[in-house]
Amino acid sequence: MVMTAEPGGTEPGGTAPGRDYALTGRDAVRARETGLANADWYRTEIPRKTLKALMQRRDGPALRDTALWFALLGLSAWGGIAFWGTWAAVPFWLVYGVLYGSACDSRWHEAGHGTAFRTDWMNDAVYQIASFMVMRNPVSWRWSHARHHTDTIIVGRDPEIACMRPPNLWRLLLAYGGILDMIHSARVLVLNAAGHLSDAEKDYIPESEWPRAIRAARVHMAIYAATLLAAIAGQSWIPLMLIGLPRIYGAWHMVMTGLIQHCGLAENVIDHRLNSRTVYMNPVSRWIYWNMNYHVEHHMFPMVPYHALPALHAALKHDLPPANTSIWDAYAEAIPAVLRQVTDPDHAVRKPLPPTARPYKEVPGHG
Amino acid sequence: MADWVRVCPLDEIDPEDVIRFDHAGRTYAVYRAEDGTPFATDGLCTHEQVHLADGLVLGDAIECPKHNGRFNIRTGAALRAPVCVDLRTWPARVTDGHIEIEIPT
Repeated sequence: MVMTAEPGGTEPGGTAPGRDYALTGRDAVRARETGLANADWYRTEIPRKTLKALMQRRDGPALRDTALWFALLGLSAWGGIAFWGTWAAVPFWLVYGVLYGSACDSRWHEAGHGTAFRTDWMNDAVYQIASFMVMRNPVSWRWSHARHHTDTIIVGRDPEIACMRPPNLWRLLLAYGGILDMIHSARVLVLNAAGHLSDAEKDYIPESEWPRAIRAARVHMAIYAATLLAAIAGQSWIPLMLIGLPRIYGAWHMVMTGLIQHCGLAENVIDHRLNSRTVYMNPVSRWIYWNMNYHVEHHMFPMVPYHALPALHAALKHDLPPANTSIWDAYAEAIPAVLRQVTDPDHAVRKPLPPTARPYKEVPGHG
Repeated sequence: MADWVRVCPLDEIDPEDVIRFDHAGRTYAVYRAEDGTPFATDGLCTHEQVHLADGLVLGDAIECPKHNGRFNIRTGAALRAPVCVDLRTWPARVTDGHIEIEIPT
């Protein structure tokens, strides 16, 4: 999941004192010079046969979940329209909003990795649909997320750092409303559609892919324009409630689960146990989130499909810090850390490892 | 100069699987396809220098363990982003129950 403060990375000049998150800035150079970029990350040892079994792709789980997703989207949209103008419509739109504005993120993520389905075209189809729903350029965000996995929470390298330091608390709070992120996403799409890619985008997208990124943005913008025209022509909010606006009013679950992936944990490390968080969650949130609550495991072994992450967790947990016991527990850990980072940006939660675990892998020269 | 180099007994690699093979300062990925036929490629992904032997063989494709990019193991062709540059392939054969690959020595 990639709920970001500045999706696609910051530009030089918009940086925090002491830290330069821009992908073309001072810390980017430093990360390359110190070996933090494209580093050799810690991985828990796991027998090849076990890992191979966990990596196996299946169509069944994602077909079931996708059919249910579309069915629930259809049902909630029907209710919202049928009861339009009455209070009875509200719960339908609340459900539709989360299914559209939050579940799209996890579908985007898993299909983007190519792990949701065994059949490639199914991954591609869901990826394109979910990219549109989450308002992300399907070309550029594929590359952005690849970088996030190469250089997870490395300052100046990772374009998907949600909690920059010192944290902007208002910005983090406002993220739950979805508006800031949507405005930023819309602005990027408009710029892309006009043929403009930022320096950050040019840093992580190969030049050969730039025309595809621009074309994809134009397709997205054309659909939004058609939706707006339909709303104006029909003198109705319903087209916008169905397409576009759910990215605002339904994004809260995506933000709620996304912010606890890495916030309050370490920057500039090469061990995902130090910068990612695994959180036990209720089954509904796990379905919306497609098991990305097993986030340390996902970063350590991104080839394991979402439906096998609970089994991967069982195989690795002897080597991981204890998982947070709930979403609430994760926030109880993350919020004090983020608040302390306002005055002490170098602060990060460092969890004790169980006696069965191997020590944290430290950055050479910083151990 | 290239020569045939013995890698391992054939049954050491399961069908639709891969192992890492290091030789003369270079690293290779040696595969068996679903039908058991051996293949060999350079060992590191052309995207970000990750060992492909930690990845997953899916039919005729090897998927990189880091970013899920894919190559065709028979031709080395890049199949799926973020992989853009093809992988170099090396001849492979079975001799006396062992996989051999023809590589620089």
